[in-house]
Amino acid sequence: MTAEVSKPAPGGGKVHLTHGHLMALLRDMLRVRRFEDRCAELYTQEKIRGFLHLYNGEEAVTVGVCAALEPRDAVVATYREHAQALVRGTSMRAVMAEMFGKASGCSGGRGGSMHLFDREHRLYGGNAIVGGGLPVAVGLALADAMRGRDAVTACFFGDGAAAEGEFHESLNLAALWRLPVLFLCENNLYAMGTALRFSHASPDLAARAHSYGLPAESVDGMDVVAVEAAARRAVTAIRAGAGPYFLECRTYRFRAHSMFDAQLYREKAEVEEWTHRDPLPRLIDWMRTAGHLHDDDLKALEDAVATELEDAVAFAEAAEWEPVETLTRFVTSAEDRP
Amino acid sequence: MSTQTLPPIPQTATTTYRECVREAIRDALARDDRVFLMGEDVGHYGGCYAVTKGLLAEFGPDRIRDTPLSESTFTGAGIGAALNGMRPIVEIMTVNFSLLAMDQIVNGAATLLHMSGGQFTVPLVIRMATGAGRQLAAQHSHSLEGWYAHVPGLRILAPATLTDARGMLWPALEDPDPVLIFEHVMLYNATGPTPDADTVKAVDITHAARRREGTDVALITYGGMLGRTLEAAEALEKDGISAEVIDLRVLRPLDEDTVLSAVRRTRRAVVVDEGWRSGSLSAEISARIMDQAFWDLDAPVARVCSAEVPMPYAKHLEQAALPSVEAIVQAARGTLGKGAP
Ligand SMILES: Cc1ncc(C[n+]2csc(CCOP(=O)(O)OP(=O)(O)O)c2C)c(N)n1
Ligand SMILES: [Mg+2]
Repeated sequence: MTAEVSKPAPGGGKVHLTHGHLMALLRDMLRVRRFEDRCAELYTQEKIRGFLHLYNGEEAVTVGVCAALEPRDAVVATYREHAQALVRGTSMRAVMAEMFGKASGCSGGRGGSMHLFDREHRLYGGNAIVGGGLPVAVGLALADAMRGRDAVTACFFGDGAAAEGEFHESLNLAALWRLPVLFLCENNLYAMGTALRFSHASPDLAARAHSYGLPAESVDGMDVVAVEAAARRAVTAIRAGAGPYFLECRTYRFRAHSMFDAQLYREKAEVEEWTHRDPLPRLIDWMRTAGHLHDDDLKALEDAVATELEDAVAFAEAAEWEPVETLTRFVTSAEDRP
Repeated sequence: MSTQTLPPIPQTATTTYRECVREAIRDALARDDRVFLMGEDVGHYGGCYAVTKGLLAEFGPDRIRDTPLSESTFTGAGIGAALNGMRPIVEIMTVNFSLLAMDQIVNGAATLLHMSGGQFTVPLVIRMATGAGRQLAAQHSHSLEGWYAHVPGLRILAPATLTDARGMLWPALEDPDPVLIFEHVMLYNATGPTPDADTVKAVDITHAARRREGTDVALITYGGMLGRTLEAAEALEKDGISAEVIDLRVLRPLDEDTVLSAVRRTRRAVVVDEGWRSGSLSAEISARIMDQAFWDLDAPVARVCSAEVPMPYAKHLEQAALPSVEAIVQAARGTLGKGAP
């Protein structure tokens, strides 16, 4: 971890690097990583089907950001959103069952990997239209603002989404109406196989947000504490009424875009280089050096995560399929309406 | 001009379709503080069809929101606000511009309840103008409501009368699911008696309406074509042909019972739709009649639709492209085995 992150963040967003907090961060990082790896296995076993987008390498972004959020805040995410669901509190069972397409999945088996929803935890999807979540986040925040509710809407999207018209429209509108939206760009340098430099005339995404009048910063997305500190600064500013905030998290996706991807668009050496910055060993090493983590602690944490994961898989495996008779349920609120 | 005196203001309680829509919005804003309106030029300008004139002054900028030119985003923001407890009314200037927001409507509003396994409803109302007749050419005149009527999860309304213009908005806002309301541009100036409170209260958003009784042929239409269809029915009457007129009102979900019972009684049907014929709502209605009332028919279902051309600017071309009274009369006569009168 950089020295910078342990000092109080300007604007009041201080990260308290207590043992308990660090362990909580590490636990979530591990939960996401192990979950994603297990999903890849389950995909090859054809337990999980459809498109599957994994978050390996990017865990620090969601874990860091969510550490700065409160339960009353809302989250809008993309099709690469297992982490957001798991970290915000959707049970691993419900997420895994959704992957399996089971009735007890968090979307009743109707959403799958790309459409995780959880009303209780204010997770508004799971949107697989690139850029499609940004306007919805603006509206969620508009309602909160109009009702005088103190809630922030955290809106995750990729570097690719920043080329969509809705990105521009949404930043402009949120800034114009000073809405409490935290725009979180998960810049992993690629939109599927198109490198950032091939799709953005200017690679400086924060500057783009600046041009709409948003405070904007870029942060090392491989450093969970740096992300949390930046997110705390942002959330503090938003709660103080400063309007929306833009945070670019510079990160990298270790795995393919989705499960089918020969990765012809990037060099092995590049991937290799980024794995040296893997946020998970980075946090572990730093915690060890700082005396916050002993081998037993790590072992206990890994064991707990493995238990949770195997329980989730067993649950999903045993869960019921949604009966075909209910095929047309939830098309409209009145169940009998076409 | 300056020497000419203005006509006296009529003392009878008449109103316009435009005023009915405005009253419906005012009423909704007054009744429920979760209701707000947003869209392009709805505030300071007063609405591109002057529907929302005066509302900004009355309700203030928090509830009458001028948006930037960002159809997709303000529609999506309507979805988000609806998800989060509000009852937004989104105004899109015309159905043609709604195509910039179609993603949010079709991939978002219509799907969220289902994708979330029933967790999230989207109580959003989107109003927009539709239709031709003002020589606005091919990017402001189309009738694309049939496309939206294709989509499960949406309710599609087409108020054709002052009463429906006044009465449909409130039940639409009460609907927990997204509702699209299509206001035909040629109806805004339509005048008539002010609908009384009881009539307005009785307006539903589920049924088709029989606008004229008849025994020989059922003319099935909606929205901007209702007027011409009623005119055609009058003309047919003079020919000794008794035409029933059904106003669909609700384009999705279709009120099949009303349509089928009219067809079964008259044994003949003509569908009049300002949309294009190919892949259209008129095709859907025709197919349902064939499916369910084939043996009751004395003639194939006829259709009168707009010509398959982007709407032209020149008045004569525009009118030639639209279903005419004569074409409706012809089609109706055709189902009775009669040629031109
Ligand atoms: C509107 C739209 N266009 C194209 C796609 C196909 N697609 C899915 S993911 C993706 C790349 C998006 O990249 P980015 O926003 O950087 O997110 P990442 O996958 O890197 O997390 C594309 C092009 C889509 N889902 N939606
Ligand atoms: Mg990307």
